[in-house]
Amino acid sequence: MTELSPSVAALRSEFGPAVERHFVSSGQTAVYISRDRSHDVLGWLKDSSGQEFNFLTDITAVDYRDPERPLEVVYQLRSLGRKADLRVKIALDKQTPLELRSVYDLWRGADWLEREVYDMFGVTFLGHPDLRRILMWETYAEGYPLRKDFPLRGHFSRAEQTRQALAANPEAHYSLEELSIAEAYGELPKEMQERLARGERGFLK
Amino acid sequence: MGLINPATENRTDETTTVSAVSPNFVTTKLDFLTNWARSNSLWPMPFGTACCAIEFMATAASRFDLARFGMERMSFSPRQADVLICAGRLPFKLAPVIRRIWDQMPQPKWSISMGACASTGGIFDNYSMVQGIDTIIPVDVYVPGCPPRPEGLLYGILLLQKKIKGETIADDALREEKLVGPSGLFLPPERVDELSEPFGNSVQQTRSS
Repeated sequence: MTELSPSVAALRSEFGPAVERHFVSSGQTAVYISRDRSHDVLGWLKDSSGQEFNFLTDITAVDYRDPERPLEVVYQLRSLGRKADLRVKIALDKQTPLELRSVYDLWRGADWLEREVYDMFGVTFLGHPDLRRILMWETYAEGYPLRKDFPLRGHFSRAEQTRQALAANPEAHYSLEELSIAEAYGELPKEMQERLARGERGFLK
Repeated sequence: MGLINPATENRTDETTTVSAVSPNFVTTKLDFLTNWARSNSLWPMPFGTACCAIEFMATAASRFDLARFGMERMSFSPRQADVLICAGRLPFKLAPVIRRIWDQMPQPKWSISMGACASTGGIFDNYSMVQGIDTIIPVDVYVPGCPPRPEGLLYGILLLQKKIKGETIADDALREEKLVGPSGLFLPPERVDELSEPFGNSVQQTRSS
């Protein structure tokens, strides 16, 4: 189970220099690709025959202790038909804006996964339809908790954290779709209809 | 096991408010009756967020049988509840939720902080966790344990009943809730910071690490 996934060779012949180094760890193949062509490569992996990675298992990111090392966004792909896995990594240099093309148009499941990476690491996914925080509340102002430069207990004092948490308005933090009240919209109180129509979320800066 | 009410604890500079009705034969007898009724028919509002809630369910189930103490009726609506039992850790995201539930509960009301996480933040000394629910709502009884065994929770409930039996209707201050300024906090910010200070093994870890 330590052999290299044949997808790597196919990627190299198709994309050439856009495919960077690769390695096999515990029987799993990981391949680095360049951030500029990430969307092309991932789309090709999903759609071309012989690859058919039609299931996006996970998107996550890794921030290494070494501040010089780039932040890596990790896509874990699975081909349900071929029963094959592939890990695709994209290194984002921290000197540049942490931006990446969204793969929401390829896999709908990327929606919340990308929101989570945005929430925890601050990677902006360009083209994502609804890029908001998902685990922390939307008005959370301390930064991105899973970055290595984020202190374990947060930047603010506990009193300030408590004050901000209590000032959050839990009901205002969900879109119409999330609350599944899109159908019931007509029956909502007028004041609530107006708030939802304005897209109002919280009131804390 | 401290019987501390944070809402009343730090009012040392003021004299205790005693209403126009000073304790006398009538009020003490009335106290006895109301406290007997209140303490023996506590309706819990279970706020279970973690493994403590499993122990809480075990407490309510047949082997330990919470019904022996008049608590068999779980009140899933805060408006019909007497005692809020926070069983489990409380992240900051849930802080406004538990505060809303607490505000919806009618007086007289009490609260039990069940387990290490609810009482102090426990092992979760990090950016996302409330370091003790007493920074969010007043707490009457803290039950230690990780999670506490049902006997522990029952002991806490018995202590709460004991506390209720010592209350008097002549003291309005027992039902008083004051916020500190417009910030929405129950306690002064310095006090919240002090309560949230790391302890035990956590002190080895600085805030910046």
